[in-house]
Amino acid sequence: MTAASLPPPPAILIANDLLDGDVVFRKSDGWTRDPRAAFIAYTSDETQALALVAREAEARREVVEASIVDVDIRDGAPAPRHFRERFKTLGPSVRPDLGKQAQFPDYARAAGA
Amino acid sequence: MYRYDEFDERFVRERVAQFRDQVQRRIDGALTEEEFRPLRLQNGLYLQLHAYMLRIAVPYGVLSSRQLRALATIADRYDRGYGHFTTRQNLQFNWPKLRDAPDILELLADVQMHTIQTSGNCIRNTTADQFAGVAADEIEDPRPVAELIRQWSSLHPEFAFLPRKFKIAVNGATEDRAVLKAHDVAVRIIRHAETGETGYQILAGGGLGRTPMIGKIVVDFAPKGHLLSHLEAVMRVYNAQGRRDNKYKARIKILVHEIGLPEFKARIAAELEAEGPSFRQEEVDELARIATFFARKEYETLAPHSRPYERARAANRDFAQWADTALFAHKADGYAIVTVSLKPIGGPPGDMTSDQMRAFADLADRYSLGELRVSHAQNLVLPHVKKDDLFALWRALGEHGLSTANVGLITDIIACPGLDYCALATARSIPIAQAIAQRFADPARQHDIGPLNIKISGCINACGHHHVGHIGILGLEKSGRESYQITLGGDASWNAAIGELLGPGLTADETPAAIERLVDFYLAHRLSGETFIETVKRLGAGAFKGAFAGVSRHEAA
Repeated sequence: MTAASLPPPPAILIANDLLDGDVVFRKSDGWTRDPRAAFIAYTSDETQALALVAREAEARREVVEASIVDVDIRDGAPAPRHFRERFKTLGPSVRPDLGKQAQFPDYARAAGA
Repeated sequence: MYRYDEFDERFVRERVAQFRDQVQRRIDGALTEEEFRPLRLQNGLYLQLHAYMLRIAVPYGVLSSRQLRALATIADRYDRGYGHFTTRQNLQFNWPKLRDAPDILELLADVQMHTIQTSGNCIRNTTADQFAGVAADEIEDPRPVAELIRQWSSLHPEFAFLPRKFKIAVNGATEDRAVLKAHDVAVRIIRHAETGETGYQILAGGGLGRTPMIGKIVVDFAPKGHLLSHLEAVMRVYNAQGRRDNKYKARIKILVHEIGLPEFKARIAAELEAEGPSFRQEEVDELARIATFFARKEYETLAPHSRPYERARAANRDFAQWADTALFAHKADGYAIVTVSLKPIGGPPGDMTSDQMRAFADLADRYSLGELRVSHAQNLVLPHVKKDDLFALWRALGEHGLSTANVGLITDIIACPGLDYCALATARSIPIAQAIAQRFADPARQHDIGPLNIKISGCINACGHHHVGHIGILGLEKSGRESYQITLGGDASWNAAIGELLGPGLTADETPAAIERLVDFYLAHRLSGETFIETVKRLGAGAFKGAFAGVSRHEAA
């Protein structure tokens, strides 16, 4: 991910856990399943720092498919602006009993379409 | 059913052991993701939006009750209690973990199943008519040929790195139920027009995706014993001359299109010539060996008509309505082929819970000699049901939410997983299918509309076969929103046709109403006894554009 291809802040780092495949969010130290706990980069310097974290985490085999995603802040929680990443963050729209939306219903209410 | 011999068994077990080692090396760090990705894909393990996804091959759509029970066990133990049947007659699990994948493969191997060649630029799972071996309109059972192709194409060293993925279908009936003309290569078992001898017609160059093409006949008639030599000739021409410079132009359809049918046929002929005699005795022998596994079942001697069935039909309208859509003529007197809809109104097309799998396996044992099939339309089939048992079967299916009377009707919608699951998708498919099904939920209305295939894909790759839907729906992204293009007049049968785009894309909310306008136009203009696709072909898609334009407001404005 080059600096030029990074989305504008605010942004978060999301990925899939290598072993589980589960969607994970970068917090200030380590990874979390809880999107509300994601570290939000508010400056392009912070976004670039996240990109570095992404590369290192992939190299350490913690995660795969790491990507920086631009978000809106809704009720204090990061909601991806693009619908694709929003579904990735929430879970299948046709199965509200599965994915993060089931685990974190407050977040789903705030970040849902 | 085909049973693994020692070689098959060893081959599949060795593959499980290899993959277990590969997964461990990925976890240990010996393999990078770039190195590991092709290895996991060769074993059907994808990384999708929310999780890994495991695609399990169901060779030519044939399953035993024992295998279905094993799939239910995997769904419960390693997934989220359900699976998804695909348009390639396979089954996908949406939530497996990488660390569990080798154990899942081991369980599959226990019931003679695998995930080999369900991904990658190789010859994929061979599909076939879901009524193979039992249909009354069959010339010859295509399963032995499909199994022969499976064995021939599994780890075939010459065809392990093709320019692009390669899909083969086989059909042995007069009606094409395997979408032959949408395949890279299709084998059609036919009778020679003059001699009456049974042999093979070979088509090539069909495919959907971003450049849809209808397959063309490249070999008019290959006699028995000449099939694999002809297939190899086709594959060699493609392997050597198919484009590798551009992923989007790498399928065989592009080669056939670019050099033209006569030249493609000439190159096949030259390849055959170079190889010497095309007859292979070992093909005949192996096909005969395989065919013994598919020998005609020991059916009871029954009268063609069943009084209990006729009485139940007369007494129960719901049952009669179900039977009108679900049944197909069987070879054996007193038996029927039953298609079981996996399209409950409002449900995701092709999904089945583990409880339903177990219940269905029990019903297959009780009513269908322990065997079932998967159709490319994402439904299941019980191939050997006594007509006397149909009413009891229908009631039992109903207890498990499996008696929806909509096979072949407007709510029997094909839909890919779309953006609800798939990392490649550009829009969702399943909610569109659900919304359309709910709009047309009334059974009487569905039956009045009659046969109508709606097929939905969530991206240009067209896993949902939208190009060949009577009504096709393609989900795309437009200006940061999901947008749906509607095509009309596609046809997945032997009269295959690519649908015509009706106009600009619609929002998800507008799409069901647009479909309804098209259906209303058909109802207003159909001649007596005319099906939807017949009316479309008679009037032309253009005639429907006025009805369609009435709802494409947001784009037109």
